[in-house]
Amino acid sequence: MQSSAWAASAPASRCAALLQPLPHKLAPKPFTAVSNMYHFNPLTTVAPAPGAAAAMCSSLGSDTSLFMRPLPLSAASSPALWGQRVVCRSAATVAPPTQTAASAGTEVEYEAIIGIECHVQLLTRTKAFCSCPSEFGSQPNSNVCPVCLGHPGTLPVLNAEMVTLAVRAGLALGSEIARISKFDRKQYFYPDLPKGYQISQYDEPICTGGRLEVEVDGQLKSFGIIRAHLEEDAGKIVYAGADRLSGADYSLVDFNRAGVPLLEIVSAPDMRSGRDAAAYGEELRRVLRTCGVTDGNMAEGSMRVDVNVSVRPRGSTVFGTRVEIKNMNSFSNMQKAIDFEIDRQVSLLRAGRGSDIVQETRLWDEIKLVTNTMRKKEGLADYRYFPEPDLPPLNVSDEFIEQVKASMPELPAAKRARYLSLGLTRGDVAVLTDEIATSQLFDAVLALGTAVKPAANWIQGDIMAYCKEAKIGMDALAITPATLAEMVSLIENGTISGKIAKDILPDLLQGKGNKGVRAYIEKQGLLMISDEAAIGAMVDKVLEANQKQLQEFRAGKTKLQGYFEGQVMKESKGRVNPGLMKEILLRKLNGE
Amino acid sequence: MQAGLHNRLRSGSLRGLAFKAARCKHTAVFAAKSSVIRDIHEKITSKECTAVEVTQRYLDAISKTDPKICSFITVDADQALAQARAIDAQIATHGTEGIKVLSGVPLAIKDNICTQGTRTTAGSQILRDYVPTFDATAVSRLRAAGAVFLGKTNMDEFGMGSSTENSSYKATRNPWDPERVPGGSSGGSAAAVAARECAAALGSDTGGSIRQPAHFCGIVGLKPTYGRVSRYGLISYASSLDAIGPMAHTVEDAALLLNAITGADSHDATSSGQPTVDFAAGLLPAESLQGGSRPLAGRRIGLVAETLGEGVAPEIDAAIRAAARHLEDLGAVVEEVSLPTFSLGLPAYYVLALSEASSNLSRYDGVRYGIRTAGATDLPSMFCGSRGEGLGGEVKRRILMGTYALSAGYYDAYYKRAQQVRTLVQKEMNSALASFDALLTPTAPSPAYRLGEKSADPLAMYKGDLMTVNVNLAGLPAVVLPVGFMAGAGAEGQDVQLPVGMQLIGRAFDEAGLLQLAHVYEQTASLPPLAAPLAAV
Repeated sequence: MQSSAWAASAPASRCAALLQPLPHKLAPKPFTAVSNMYHFNPLTTVAPAPGAAAAMCSSLGSDTSLFMRPLPLSAASSPALWGQRVVCRSAATVAPPTQTAASAGTEVEYEAIIGIECHVQLLTRTKAFCSCPSEFGSQPNSNVCPVCLGHPGTLPVLNAEMVTLAVRAGLALGSEIARISKFDRKQYFYPDLPKGYQISQYDEPICTGGRLEVEVDGQLKSFGIIRAHLEEDAGKIVYAGADRLSGADYSLVDFNRAGVPLLEIVSAPDMRSGRDAAAYGEELRRVLRTCGVTDGNMAEGSMRVDVNVSVRPRGSTVFGTRVEIKNMNSFSNMQKAIDFEIDRQVSLLRAGRGSDIVQETRLWDEIKLVTNTMRKKEGLADYRYFPEPDLPPLNVSDEFIEQVKASMPELPAAKRARYLSLGLTRGDVAVLTDEIATSQLFDAVLALGTAVKPAANWIQGDIMAYCKEAKIGMDALAITPATLAEMVSLIENGTISGKIAKDILPDLLQGKGNKGVRAYIEKQGLLMISDEAAIGAMVDKVLEANQKQLQEFRAGKTKLQGYFEGQVMKESKGRVNPGLMKEILLRKLNGE
Repeated sequence: MQAGLHNRLRSGSLRGLAFKAARCKHTAVFAAKSSVIRDIHEKITSKECTAVEVTQRYLDAISKTDPKICSFITVDADQALAQARAIDAQIATHGTEGIKVLSGVPLAIKDNICTQGTRTTAGSQILRDYVPTFDATAVSRLRAAGAVFLGKTNMDEFGMGSSTENSSYKATRNPWDPERVPGGSSGGSAAAVAARECAAALGSDTGGSIRQPAHFCGIVGLKPTYGRVSRYGLISYASSLDAIGPMAHTVEDAALLLNAITGADSHDATSSGQPTVDFAAGLLPAESLQGGSRPLAGRRIGLVAETLGEGVAPEIDAAIRAAARHLEDLGAVVEEVSLPTFSLGLPAYYVLALSEASSNLSRYDGVRYGIRTAGATDLPSMFCGSRGEGLGGEVKRRILMGTYALSAGYYDAYYKRAQQVRTLVQKEMNSALASFDALLTPTAPSPAYRLGEKSADPLAMYKGDLMTVNVNLAGLPAVVLPVGFMAGAGAEGQDVQLPVGMQLIGRAFDEAGLLQLAHVYEQTASLPPLAAPLAAV
C-alpha cells in the first residue's frame, strides 16, 4: 500500500546512513556480531510492563519526582474500561482468597482453567506501518527506516495486506469482522519500543468472537475465540556477555522486528488441560498456515503463545488466581508447562498454601521442566490506552470481506471431513492433514486420478519417512504430483514392481523422474520382466545352482518354495513379474 | 525589495490610527500591499537580481538583525546559497522558462519541521544534535518548487507555549518592541517575517501557534484545514490538532506558499484527498477593488459574540469591530453570532493536546537519537535522566498533565469528556458556518505582552489561547491578518505600536474562499504601512 511511496522518499541507503552517527556515548564494548545495534548500558533493572507510577516517572525525568503522587491503582479504582481489558486478556478475574475450604485437608478435586493468547506474525512483505521488509534473519538493524525507528515527525500508514490477512484469519475462525475498527496506543517505556507506545487495537478489534473445533484424543471439543486484534511487534533486545539480563555487560537493540505486523488471538478460557491447550495451538497454527496468514514458525517467533492458568475446585464458578506462563517454543513444551503449573497450583492448594499462588508471570524452563517467577504484578499495569490519532478508523467493506471469502482455501476441518468421506481412517486423515504440504501433494495426486489408498500409503509411508530423514517439508520435494501419480499407475498396471518403486523413490523425490517415470525406468533397465522364456531361464539358473535345496523340495520340504522365489527375485534384481515367476517356478520345481 | 510595504506614512499621531484607518474608504491614498514573493520572482526572472543576491540579502539581514530578534535557532547559509546557486544555474542553462514562483524565494522553516541534513530541534535540548535523514513532506514540496531555506526558526519547545519563551535556546523578541514576546509557538517564524529576515515562513499551529504570533507581529498567518497539508515530518505535539501553515507578509504570499505545500500525502494517513485549487488564482486583482466597489456583496460574516467584550483589550475589541464595519463597507453582511460552547473549547483543548503530547513525546527516551544522560546506572535512570535533562519545565508539566488525563480511572472524566466537548464545539462552529461564509474574532485577548509577564503564570498564558484553540478542535481553516495597531508602552515608557490581527475562520477545505475574503480586506483596508522598528531595511 505505501511501499512505493516509501521507496520514493526513503531509500535504504538513507536509512543506513541514519544508523551511522549514533549519538550515544554509552557504547562501551565493541560487540562485532551486532555492532550496528543501538547500545544502552548498563541494564540492571528491568521493567517491561511498568505501572503508571513508573511510566510517569519515566515521562517526567527524575528531577520532577516532587510532582509525583502515586496513582490509585487498586482493582477497586480501576475503571470499567480496564476491567474489560482484563477479561479480554485472561477471561479470568481474580477470586477472593477462598482457598480455606481446600486447606482444611479434605481431598478436593480441582479443575484447571486455561486461556491462550497467541501472537502470530502476519505474512506480509512489509511491516505494519512502513515499507521496510518484514523478514526474519536479516543483519541487525538493516530492515529499518525513520518510521519504524520512531523518528520525530514520522507517521504510520497502515499496510493493506495486514488487513486482508486479519480478515482471512477472522473468517477462518468464524469471527465477526468489524466493519469499523480503530487503532489505539498502548503506552509503556522499553528500549525495544521505538515510539514509547505500541500501535494496537484496544476496545474495537477487527475480529470478535469465533470458535475452533479441535479433536483431542478422539474427542471433538470446541474452544471459543474472544477476539483477534492487529498490532505491531517490538524490536529485540540482545544481551551482551550473557544470554539474559542478569550478568549481561550491556544490552543492544535490533529493530528489524519493530513494526512487524501481528495478530493477537485471544481464546476463551475453555481449555482444561495441557493436552487441550496443545491441541488448540496446533489446530490454530494449522488453520492460520492453511490461510497463508502466518508461517507459524515457533522457533523464529512468528507464533508465540502465552497461557493463563488457574485452578479451582471442580464445580466452583469463581476463578482462581491466574498465572501467566511465557517462553514456550513448541506446543509440546506448552503442554508440559501447563501440566506442571496445574500440578504446582493444586499442590499448593492441597498443602493449604493457596495464598502462595499469586498473579504473576512465570517462565517455562525447558531444561528443568519447571515454571519460575519472572515478575510479580504489582497491581495492574496502566497502559494508558487512547485512540491512535495518526491513523483514521479502519473501514472494512462488505465487498472486501466477500472478496477475501472468495479467496479462502479449504480449511483443515473441511479437509478432514472430505478425507474421511474418501474412506480413509481417522489415523490416516490426521497424518495427511497435519501439514499443508502433505495434503497438497495428496490432493494433487488424487486430482490426477490416482486411487486413494495407494496415494495415501505412499505419501504417509515412504515419502513422509524420506522427508523426516532429510528434515525437509513435503513442499521442498522436487517430485511433481504427476510423477508420483505415474509411479503408482506403473505399479498398478504391472510395469514395475512395488519393490522397484521403493528403490527408485528417492531418485523420483529428487525430481529425477519428472520427465516421465516410464522413460526413467527404461533408461535404468528396471522394467518388469514378464517374458516367460526369460523367467524360465532365470528359474533354471537358480535351480541349477541350488541342487541340494531342489532335492529337499522334491522330497516334500515344500516350504522351500519361498527360498527359491527369493533367489529368482534376487537373480532378476527385483524386476521379475512376481505372479508369473511363481507360476513358472512352481512348474519347474515340480519337474514339469 | 518590498517596495509595496515601504509606503508613505500617514500623517498625524499613530495612536488610535488603526481604527480610523480601517474605517476610511478603501479609496484611500495608501497603495495596496503587494506580494513579496511575486516581487522576488519578478526580480529573478527579469534578471534584476540573481537568486544568490536575493538570498545573500536576506542572510545579511539575518546577520544584522537577528542578534536583536533571535528568530533563528539554526541559520544554514551554505545550503541556502547552494539552493540559490542551483536556481541561477538553471536560469543560465535553461532560461527563466521553468522558474516557478517560489524558485529562489528565501524562506524560514519552523524548527519542528524536519529538514534533511539540517538540524531540527523543535526548540528542545533533547534534540539539540538531531539531524533528520528525511524532509517533511511540506519541505520536500517547497524544495521541489525551488524555494531556498535560510534556516530553522525558534519556537516554544515542541510547540508548547504562546510566547516562544519556552524555547530551550533563547527567547525571540518582537520586532515591534524588543521588550515584548513575538507570540508562540511559531514566534521565530513570525518575528523573522516581521523583521524581514525572510520572504515568508512555515509555522505550525496546534492551538493558535501560527495565528497568535501573526497577530503579535503584524503579519498574515494561515492555519489550513486539518489534513490539507501533510503532517509528515512535523514533529508531533498533538497529532489530531497539528497543522503546518504559511506565515507571510501578505495574503497572496500565504496563498502561494499554501499552493506549494498542500495536497494528499501517502506518508500521512490523516492527510486529505480533497482536491486542491490554485489558492492565489482566486484572489481578486487589486485594481478591481478600487473605486468603492462592493466585492464582498453577498458574503455573510459572523462576528462571534463570545470573543468580544469583557476580558478583551478594549483596543482589540474596537479594532475588530472597525474591521467588521470595513467588511460591511465592502458589501458583506456582518452579524453577531453566539456560540455558547465557545468557552468550553479551551479546557477540552488542553486535555486533548496534553494527552496526545504525553504520548507523542514518549519516543524521546535516549535510546535511538537525541541526548542521553551520562549518569545512567540502569534502565529507569537512563530514561528518567535523559528525559529529565533533555526536556524543559513546561514540557514536563504538560506531559505530567497528559499522562494523568489518560491514566486508568481518569480517562472517562478527562480525555473522553474532552472528546465529547470537541464534538460539540465542532458541531456548533460548523452549524454557524452553514449560515456564514466566515466567522470573525480577535486572535487573542491582548496584543504582544512583555517578556516574563506571563511566564510565571501558565494559566494566564493558556487563557490567551481561548480564541484560537476551537479552530483546531474543529479542524477548520483560519487566517489572521493585521487590522490595525494599538499603542503600548515601551521599556522606557515611550509609545510603541503593537499590531492587532483579526481572525477569520472558514469552512473546512474552503481556504480559497477564506483567502479571497482576507485578500479583499487586506487590499482595501489601507493600514498604515508601518514597518516593525526592528525590521531589516
